This record gives sequence, structure tokens and C-alpha cells, in this order.
Amino acid sequence: MTALEAGMLGQTLLLVVAVAAALLTPTSWRSRVSGTLCTLLAAAGIVTGAIALSGGTGSLTIPTALPMDPLVLSPDRLGGLVMVVVSVVGVLASLFGIGSARVASASRAAWLSMAVFLYGMQLVPAATDVVSFLLFWEIMTLGSTALLLAHHATRGTVASALVWYSAMSQLSFFFVLAGFAMLAGLAGGTGFADLATIDPYSWQASVAFLLLLLGFGGKAELVPLHVWVPRVLPEAPGHVAAAMSGAMVNIGVYGALLVLVRLLPNGPAWWGVLIMVLGGVSALYGILQASVASNLKVLLAYSTTENMGLVFLGLGASVLLRADNATAAADAALVAALLLMLSHAAFKSTLFLGAGAVARAAGEMNLDRLGGLGSRMPWTGAAFGVAAMGAAALPVTSGFVAEWMLLQALIHGSRVDGEVVSVTASVAMPLAVAVIALTAGLALLTFVKAYGIAFLARPRSQKAKLAGEVPLIMRIPLVLGALLVVVLGLLPGPLAMAVGSAVGPEFAPDVRTIGLAGVDARGIDAVLDPTTFVVLAGLLLLPVLIALFISARRPPVRTSPLPWAGGGSRLRPRMQYTATSYAEPLVRVFDDVLRPSRDVEVTHVGESRYLVERVHVEQTVSDVVETRLYRPVLNLLQRFGILARRAQNGSIHRYLSYSFVALLTVLIVVSL
Amino acid sequence: MTGAAAIIIALVQLVLFVFLAPVLIGVIRQVRARLEGRAGSGIWQPWRDVRKLLAKNPVRAADSSWMLAAGPVTLLVSSLLLCALLPLVGTLPLPLIPSDLFVIVSVMLIGVVALALVGLDAGTAFGGMGSSRHMTVAALVEPTLLLAVYALSIPAGTSTLSLIVETRLENPAVIISPVSLLAMVALAIAIMAETSRLPVDNPSTHLELTMLHEAMVLEASGRDLAWLELGSWLKLAALLGLLANLIVPWGIVTDFSVLGVLVGVGTVTVKILLLGVVLSVGEVFLAKARLFRVPELLAGSFALGLLAVTASYLVA
Repeated sequence: MTALEAGMLGQTLLLVVAVAAALLTPTSWRSRVSGTLCTLLAAAGIVTGAIALSGGTGSLTIPTALPMDPLVLSPDRLGGLVMVVVSVVGVLASLFGIGSARVASASRAAWLSMAVFLYGMQLVPAATDVVSFLLFWEIMTLGSTALLLAHHATRGTVASALVWYSAMSQLSFFFVLAGFAMLAGLAGGTGFADLATIDPYSWQASVAFLLLLLGFGGKAELVPLHVWVPRVLPEAPGHVAAAMSGAMVNIGVYGALLVLVRLLPNGPAWWGVLIMVLGGVSALYGILQASVASNLKVLLAYSTTENMGLVFLGLGASVLLRADNATAAADAALVAALLLMLSHAAFKSTLFLGAGAVARAAGEMNLDRLGGLGSRMPWTGAAFGVAAMGAAALPVTSGFVAEWMLLQALIHGSRVDGEVVSVTASVAMPLAVAVIALTAGLALLTFVKAYGIAFLARPRSQKAKLAGEVPLIMRIPLVLGALLVVVLGLLPGPLAMAVGSAVGPEFAPDVRTIGLAGVDARGIDAVLDPTTFVVLAGLLLLPVLIALFISARRPPVRTSPLPWAGGGSRLRPRMQYTATSYAEPLVRVFDDVLRPSRDVEVTHVGESRYLVERVHVEQTVSDVVETRLYRPVLNLLQRFGILARRAQNGSIHRYLSYSFVALLTVLIVVSL
Repeated sequence: MTGAAAIIIALVQLVLFVFLAPVLIGVIRQVRARLEGRAGSGIWQPWRDVRKLLAKNPVRAADSSWMLAAGPVTLLVSSLLLCALLPLVGTLPLPLIPSDLFVIVSVMLIGVVALALVGLDAGTAFGGMGSSRHMTVAALVEPTLLLAVYALSIPAGTSTLSLIVETRLENPAVIISPVSLLAMVALAIAIMAETSRLPVDNPSTHLELTMLHEAMVLEASGRDLAWLELGSWLKLAALLGLLANLIVPWGIVTDFSVLGVLVGVGTVTVKILLLGVVLSVGEVFLAKARLFRVPELLAGSFALGLLAVTASYLVA
């Protein structure tokens, strides 16, 4: 038995133990025992994934009684990488869950489905055939659905969110199933090795590609399949949301990678264009909605759509450039997409855990009622701040390095040796750069808003004023996540080389490590060493600090309740800018896309038209995709349902006559 | 050897710009004052202001966090990084960290974010308003900025600014090509917006309707304010220096020599001050655009940038 096989067996064993523990331990102990076991399960995933990533081999065969090939689990390097990412997020989420899970989220069902969910996510990338892929895919989906369902008892809104989630994940599953079925029919086998023999230029391959793109795009929360995200994630507790948004979306990306790198590599250029459009629209739409959201979790949920959009933009660019023979840039774009996925997993899980900590401390997710949490929750504030920097792609975090790589790949993509590669590429690349730039700019605003409104200034409500730091067991994963964001940003060289080895020799870009851990992408002539950068910034900080030290020897800094008060007096905390007012200029600028509904109600004093007693302003930004695309379809379905109801009046005679007609029809058809 | 030379030039740039930035602001203000018929306070006044503020301890709001102390220093360091990295006196790249334009933009954004957070941390309506407007403009400027530099990078085949400047020095025809002109206009508008100048922001008023930058620093005092002001001035000086070197690259040092560095220092000083005078004269004749007209201006410059990039692929 190889190490890889032992690892996968260990994961399965830990799952069984975790399920048993969730069922058997008493309530007072359950979170601690089950949380620890889930952490161990995820840690086992890290080990297994690391073995697969470093080239270990081995396979687990699950025999089936069905007339088909046995199910074989054997992660390759790429699968190993995804397994590591998913499991690291799993460790953070489980650790956080030990401290944060209470009442409903500490129930038997919740911890049981948490373990199943983690296990499913870890083994999807290990699948080597269609059936086992779909099996673990469904285990993952069921686990997450049950996990959300465990909260059904406490909140009513969960039910409607769950209906959306189940419907959308089954739609995704349907697309994936149909796409794989198409490929399997064409290849005559269900193993991925069989599927890889298909010619990507056949029309069946293109149909299968479209179906799979929709399926995996749905899991990766791309527009227009993202509608479940802003409903479901805000309902989930922090650690569950972190696992879903930080880890599960990566499985969607893995699916897309599987198709584009393993099964149907070197596809036609229009695939790339299509993926780029899908990714670009998702990135822009996601970040626009995030920038105007006032609920912290809704903001983070939409930002996931944005980040996954960028990942798919990178994937699409790599397909397009490969079809145009700009291989070096294509390889770099692929690596950039993977780096974006890694960094997203790190910062988004930290951000959701931070939101979970805020929810626990202040009992409030509406940014308009938060504020001043930075001094009340210094650890959470610092971790959230670092992760927010990652999400805003500021140096020297992981998000910055990944976006830098993507931009470099794009600007070097349109020309090879001074020759323009294709008209499509020379229009697509500038537009992609512009989309990324606008996305990055809006992400900056979004996360300045999220951090600044929640953690800085004065508390905007009594709850926020009374908030306190969360217990140690919740702070540990927060700090670990924040450290990951920084460390991944400081080590682009080794990281790019690891990712390059994961995608395989024919896609690996020409990168090497320079300086301490900097990256030198020779194919696209780009160099970056974040460590030197930090050293330089530190050196520049020195004289400033010396000046500060000299000038600070004077009398101590004075604080006064409100020294200048913006030139006014009696300034109350409610008069500060809120998240809604912060995004107001943006809502105006993007009025046509966001279509906000505003309701202003003015109550006058007595008979006077000039003296105002109170003003009530309400502004809601709804999801245009949902109201314009889904609502009409749902209404149509409902109308059809009402029509169909007439056929069902409950009379036994009618049902008997239906059976009779059905039997007659069958007999007639058979006799023809 | 080139490494040591590059470090020396970076040091020279730092010292020069820390000295020059307040003078540049002084010149801009003085020219404007004279044109408006005022006596003005002299070109050394910004220097005197900084010295005065640095000697004073700040008064901070009781509810403010560490951000009010760290933000101004962060802004200053980000501006200093710009001065060290950009090709201003010389084009010799620092080892391991070339003046990659995406890195430069990100360094600038650190300062933007620090300033916005300082504005929010004060806990007043003014600070939040300035911060919100500032970030909105910053978000909309970024596509223009990146596309403009992307267009400039195409003839050089690299995104390293020092190599772009060298290419323009060796081949001056690039400078007056239509693509380059389009890109320069787009870049100039983006820089005006990024450094809070007219017509995006009016740097000399304290009116609620017009303030962007000033609203954010309203609550800062003492040395906090000194760092904020110096940081913003350094950013303006560095970006003007970049613009000047892209338009008129002559005089910049490509091979290290003491005389060359002196010439480089002299030419960049003259270029920046001249550009400052032009900026000041231009601003006298401009009115601040209404905040919700700014996106139109930026959309226009974005269109120029996009045109420049696609034209350089499809026409050239």
C-alpha cells in the first residue's frame, strides 16, 4: 500500500469516526469532539493532497455490483493541489466551528453533514472516472445542503434559501451529468483516460463543453447561475460559509480545469472567448453588487462571484491564447488562474470567519449598524484587515501576486515576437485588462467600505458598542488564515513552480524562483520579488520612524472626544457615513446596471411645508439577473403548475381513466 | 555594479523629491496666486507648513483607532516607494524589483486606501464623504490608468517603465505617434484624477460640495497632517515627473556617471517645475466638474486608452 492509498483510507476512516462521534457524543461535548475530528479529517486531506501534489501514486478501487467499470480514486498532481486547498480551508473552518458552533449549528445533523461535506469535497479531485466524480460531487452537495438544513429550526428565511440552493445545485449537477454523458457516449468509456482521446474540434465535444461549463460555472457561482449565493451564504454560520465559499467553489474551478487541461485540451478559440465573457461579466457584476451591499455576508458572497469570474477570465484567456499559439502567455494565464484560486481560498475563508466572529460578537451583519470593532476586537480586526487587503489585491498579499501574473499574461498575449497573434486576441486582451482594472478598483472600494465601516470610527449601534473579542479557539483560525494570505503573497516563485508542476509538463510555464522567493516568468518577461519589495518599504519607513520618534518626544498626544467634529458640534455616531451612503456615488454612476429602488418619505411638522419632522429613506438594490431572468421563468413554471393542477382533482375515477388511457396508448404504440 | 548604481540613483531621487515636492506645490500655488492677482505666500511656504506641523503633536478623536496614526505614515511610505521605483532621474532598474507599471499602480493604491481609511476613521460625516468620493474616483480611474500604460508598453514590448522611457529616448518617433499621443492624454487625465487636481477635485477649497481630498484630512492635525500632505505632494511630484519623462525623455540618466546624475537631477527638476506651472495655469481656466460628471470625463479618457491599445495592435 502506498502513502497515497493510506492517506485516502485514512480520510475514509476519519469520516466514519467523525460521523459516529457526531451521532453519539452528548450536546455539551459535541462541538469539541466533532470539530476536532473534522479538523483531523481535513488535515488528512492536506497530507494526502500533498503526497499527490509531490507526485505520489496509488489508487483505491471501489467495486460496484453495477455493470460498469469499477470506481477508481487516484488523484494526480492537479487533483492533489485542489485537495490541499480544499482541506486547508476545511481545517480553518472546522477549528473555527469548535468555538463558534452553538445551538442549531452544533446539532448532530450539523456536525455529521459537516464531516460528509468535507469528505465529499476532498475526494472529488481524486476521481479518475465520471461515475466516481459525480458520486463525490453529489456527496459534497448533499452534505452542504444538509448542513444548511440543520439551521432550518431556528430561522425561517433558511427554507427559501435552501430551495434556491437545492434547485441550483441540482441544475448544475444536471448540466455536468449531461456533459459527461455526452463525452462518455462519444468515447465509449467512463474513465477520464478514455474521455481524453476525444477530438475537441468535434461538435459533440463543443456541446459537452457548453454543458460542463454551465455546470461547473454554477458551482463556481458565475453569473447567471450565482442567484443562490447571496441568499444561501448569509444564512450559513461563519464557518459553514467559509467552507462553502472558500473551498466548494474551488471544486467548480477544478471541474473546469479537468475539462480544459485534462479531457479536452487545446480547444478552439471561441471556447476561450466564451469563458472570458462569462468570467468578465461575472467579475464586474459580482463586484458591483458587492460594492453596494450593506450586509457584510452578502458583500462577501457577491465578491466570491467576482473572484471566480477573474479565475475563469484567466482560464478563458489561456484557452484563447493557446489556440492562437501564444503558448508562453497561455501558460502564464493558466498559472495566474490557479494562483487566483489559491489566494481566493485563503482570503475569502478568513473574511467569512471574520464575519462569523463579528456576528457572534455584535449579533449584527448589517454594516450600517456596525463600527468601531477594530478597537473592541483587535485580533479579528487585524485578520479581517489583512484578508481584505488580499481581496482588494494590494501588495504584498496573495491576491496582488495572482492579479499581477494575470495582467502580465494578458499584456504579453497579443504579440509573439512582435507579430499580432489574432484580431480576436488583440481586442479581447485590452478589454480583459480594462475589466480586471475596473474590478480591482471596485474591489478596493468594496473592501475599504467593509473594513472601514465595520472596524473603524465610532460604533453605530449599541450592539456594536458592547461587542468583545471572540474566544481563542476562534482567533487561531482567523490568524492562521491571515498569515496564509501574506505568506502566499511573499512566495510567488515556489508557488508558481508548484502550480506549474500540478498542471502538467505540456502546460507548465517557464518560471523560476529569483531572489528569496520571487518569481521570474521568463516566457512573458516579467519579474517580481515581494520580499525585496517589503525590505525596500521597510528601509523607507526607517527615516520616517526616526522623524516620528524625534517629534514624539514632545508632550503626549492629546485625545479629545471629537476634536474638530467636521466643523460642527453635537456630532452623533449616527451622523457618520454608513455603508449605504458610502456606496451612494457608485449606485448613481451605475444606475443603469443596478436599478436601485428608492423610497423617500418626508413627514412635515404640522402644516408647515418647510419644517421637516422626519425623513425616512429606503433603498434596495435587487439582483437584476434574478428579477429579469429567473422571475419570468419561475412565473411561467408557476402558471404551468396552476394549469396542471386542473388535471389533478383528487377523484379516483379520473385517475383510473388516466391509467386506462395510458395503458391504451402504450398498447397502440407497441402494436405499431 | 548596475545594482549599486541603481541604488544610488534611487537614493538621489528620494532626497531630491522630498526636497522638491513642497517646492513644486509652492510654485503651483504662487503661479496661481499671481494669475489671480494675489501676492501669494512664496514658493517656500509648503516647506514652512510641513516643518511647523511636524513639530506639533496631533489631537486625535477618542474613538479613533490606530489607523489615524498608521494611515498617514503608510501614505508617505507608498509615495516614497513611488519616488524610489519610478524612472525619474535615471532609468537603471533596481535589482529584483523593476519599475513594473502594475506594481507601481498597486503601490499608489496602498496610499489611496490608507488615505480613505484615515478619512473614515475620524468618525465624522465629512471624512466619510471624502473617503467615499475618493474611492469612487479611484475605482473609475484604474481602468484608464492601466490601459494608458498598457498602450505605452506595447512599442517597448515590456511593462517595465524604465525600459519604456529608454525606448522613447532611443526612438523619439514613438513619442509623437498617434497611439502614444492618445495614451498620453488618457494618462494625463488619469493622473489629474488620481492626484486630486482640477477638474476632478479642487485642492484649494473647503466647500462641502467640492471637497474630495480635503474632506478626508479635515480631522487630521499635527504631524499626522504633515505626513498626509507630504505624501500627497510626493505622489503628485512623482507622477508629474513620470509624465514629463514620457513626453520629454531627454536628460534622464541611462548609464551611471556623476556628471550624468547631476544633469539628470537638473533636467527632471526643470521638467517638473515647468509642468507644475503649466498645471497651475491650466487650473486657473478650469472649473471643478460636478462629481457626477467626473465619470463621463473618465469614460472619455478610458475610450482614448482603449483606442490607443487596439490601434497599436491593428493599425501598426
